[in-house]
Amino acid sequence: MASTSAAPAAPATSPAEPILEVTGLVKHYPLTRGVLFRKQVGAVKAVDGVDFVLHRGETLGIVGESGCGKSTVAKMLVNLEKPTAGRIRYKGEDVTKLSGRALRAVRRNIQMVFQDPYTSLNPRMTVGDIIGEPYEIHPEVAPKGDRRKKVQDLLDVVGLNPEYINRYPHQFSGGQRQRIGIARGLALRPEVIVADEPVSALDVSVQAQVINLMANLQSEFDLSYIFIAHDLSIVRHISDRVGVMYLGRIVETGRDAEIYEHPTHPYTQALLSAVPVPDPEAREHRERIILSGDVPSPTNIPSGCRFRTRCWKAQERCALEVPALAVPAEFRHTGGPAAHDSACHFAEEKQVVPPEEPREDHGDTGA
Amino acid sequence: MPEPMPPEPLLSGGGRVPEDGAIAATGMGGAMDLATAEGETLERAPAGPDGTGPTDRPRSLWSDAWRDLRRNPVFILSGLVILFLVFVSLWPSVIASGSPLKCDLAKAQEGSQQGAPFGYDGQGCNVYTRTVYGARTSVTVGVLATLGVALFGSVLGGLAGFFGGVWDSVLSRITDIFFAIPVVLGGLVLLSVVTSNTVWPVIGFMVLLGWPQISRIARGSVITAKQNDYVQAARALGASNSRMLLRHIAPNAVAPVIVVATIALGTYIALEATLSYLGVGLKPPTVSWGIDISAASPYIRNAPHALLWPSGALALTVLAFIMLGDAVRDALDPKLR
Repeated sequence: MASTSAAPAAPATSPAEPILEVTGLVKHYPLTRGVLFRKQVGAVKAVDGVDFVLHRGETLGIVGESGCGKSTVAKMLVNLEKPTAGRIRYKGEDVTKLSGRALRAVRRNIQMVFQDPYTSLNPRMTVGDIIGEPYEIHPEVAPKGDRRKKVQDLLDVVGLNPEYINRYPHQFSGGQRQRIGIARGLALRPEVIVADEPVSALDVSVQAQVINLMANLQSEFDLSYIFIAHDLSIVRHISDRVGVMYLGRIVETGRDAEIYEHPTHPYTQALLSAVPVPDPEAREHRERIILSGDVPSPTNIPSGCRFRTRCWKAQERCALEVPALAVPAEFRHTGGPAAHDSACHFAEEKQVVPPEEPREDHGDTGA
Repeated sequence: MPEPMPPEPLLSGGGRVPEDGAIAATGMGGAMDLATAEGETLERAPAGPDGTGPTDRPRSLWSDAWRDLRRNPVFILSGLVILFLVFVSLWPSVIASGSPLKCDLAKAQEGSQQGAPFGYDGQGCNVYTRTVYGARTSVTVGVLATLGVALFGSVLGGLAGFFGGVWDSVLSRITDIFFAIPVVLGGLVLLSVVTSNTVWPVIGFMVLLGWPQISRIARGSVITAKQNDYVQAARALGASNSRMLLRHIAPNAVAPVIVVATIALGTYIALEATLSYLGVGLKPPTVSWGIDISAASPYIRNAPHALLWPSGALALTVLAFIMLGDAVRDALDPKLR
C-alpha cells in the first residue's frame, strides 16, 4: 500500500483510523472525432489528481464552483464511474479494481444521497418500494418478513410518518423527498455516505432541516460523510474538514476553521470573499476579491499552477512549476491554523470572512 | 368484467390513506406509532371518499392503475365494446345465424328485412352476418400484429437504448432501412407471392414493417429513462442490469409504447382493409370488413348500407382500442392522479 506525499491533512486532530483513502484519483473523458473511425483528439480532465482521507465519524466537505469535478469525484466514490487512474481504498482495500460479489459488498458500505430529490426517486414506485429496494438487492441484510418493518423504522428515523409507506414520491414536498432519499441511503447501514449537493435543490428554510437531520444521523449511526456543495456556509456548518477544489484538483484542505478563518490559497480567499455577509456593518468593511476571466477549459489546463490565469499573485514560477498540496514553507515552522495544506507557491494568510463567533451563532439559530 | 384482485382483508392495518386526504394528512406530524395507525385505519376506512376498503398489501403501480381504470368511464365503455368484439370473434354464431358465405344473387342490394337487419350486399350476401363474422379477422389481425410489433420493437429498441454502442448504431441503421420501404408497395411485392389463405402472412408483413416505429420510440424513451438519477441510484445500490431495466426503466418508458401501439392497432386494421382491397391481403372466402368495404364500394349509390355497416364496425373498433389505450396511459401515469 503506497502512500503519497500529499497524504492526510490533519493527522494530529483525527485519531480515528481512515475509512476511505483516495490517492491520485483521475478521471479523463476522451474526446473523439469521427463516426466510424473513432480518433481521440483530447480529453476532458474532469478530475486530475485528487487525494484525501476520510476518517471514521468525520465529515469532509468538498467545495468548488460548478464544473470543478466535485460530482465526478462523488460518482467515482460510489462506483458509478470508473476512475482513469488512482486508488480509492476503503478500509485499506482498493475498490476501483473490484467487480461482482466483492464490489456489491463494498457498495453496501458506501452509499450516496443525490442532489435532486425530484429525479432521484422512481416516480412509479411507492416509498416503501424505494426504501425497501436496497434489501431486495442485498437480501442478506434483512429477511423478507422484516423488510416492511425496517422500512417503516427508517421512515421514522428520517422524520417521516411510517404510514406514508404506500405513497408515491410526487405526494411529498422537496424536503420530504430528500428525507426519503436519505432513508434509502441509510437502509443498508453504510459506513460512508457520499452526499452530492444534497440540499442545493431545496428551499433555504428546508435546507437547514435536512442538514441538521444529516448531522443527527451521523452521531446516531456513526456515519462518515463526504459532503459536496457549492454553498460555503452549509459546508462549514456540517464539516469537520474542508477541501477546496478548482479545475479537477484540491487546492487547499484543512479543518473548517483553518480554511474559513485562515485561508492561504488565493482561490479559497476569492471564494470566501463572495460569501454573503448578513451583518451590514461587517459587509462595509470586507474586501471582495473579484476574479477576472473564466475557469479555463478542462480540455486545456494551464501549465504549472492551474489557477494562475486568474490569480492576482501569479508570477513566472507559477507557469513552470506545479505547486504541491502541502503545508507551505513559510508556515511549516510557525504552526497554528495557517499551517495546513495549500497548493500555492505564494501562500499567505488573508482574513476575508468576519470572525467566527457571530456567524456560527447565526447559522445555528437560522437552522 | 372479471375481478382479478383477491378479496381484500378488512381487518388489517398498514392502511391505505385515501388519496383525497393525502395532502391534509401530510401536515400531521410523523410521530404516530404503528399500533394507533392500525386502529385508525379501521375507523377511517368506511369514511373514505371513494368507498374502497383498506388493503394491507403494499400497493404496486399496476394494482393502482387497475383501481384507477375501474373507475374510469372511458375505460369501462371501450372495454365493454372490446369485450363484445372479442366475444363476437370467438362465437359469432351466437348472435348471427346462417353462414356468411351463403349468398343469394336474387336478393342482391336489397335493404333491411326480416332475417337480414343490415340488408344484402352486391352478391346477395347477408351484410349483418358478414359484419359479425368479419370482426374475427379484423380483431385477430389488429391485435396480433400490434402485439408482435410491440414485443419485437420494444425489446430490440429497449436493449439498443440501454446498452448503446455498436448494437445501437447497427439497429438504428436497420430501422432507417425499414422506414424507407413504402408500406403499400412492400405489401404488393411481398404478399403477392404468398398463396396462403390464412391471416398469418398479413400479420407477419405488418410486424416486419411495423417494428421499427415502436423500436425507435422504445429506444428513445429508454435512453431518457436511463439518464434519470433514480436509475443511477439503483446502480449505486448494486442493482443488476435486468433489475434496472425491468424495475426502473421499463415502467417509466412503457407509456409511449402503449400509446403508439394502440393508435397503430387501428391503422393495422385499416391496413388490412387496404391490402385486402388491393387483392394482396386476405382473400375470399375469408370474411373481412376490408374485403366487404372494397366489394361494396362500386354500389355505394344503390346500396350504401352494404358499405356503411362494415365501415361503421371498423370505425367503432378502432375508436374503442384508441380510447382504451388512452385510459391505460392515464392510469399508468401516477403524476396525472
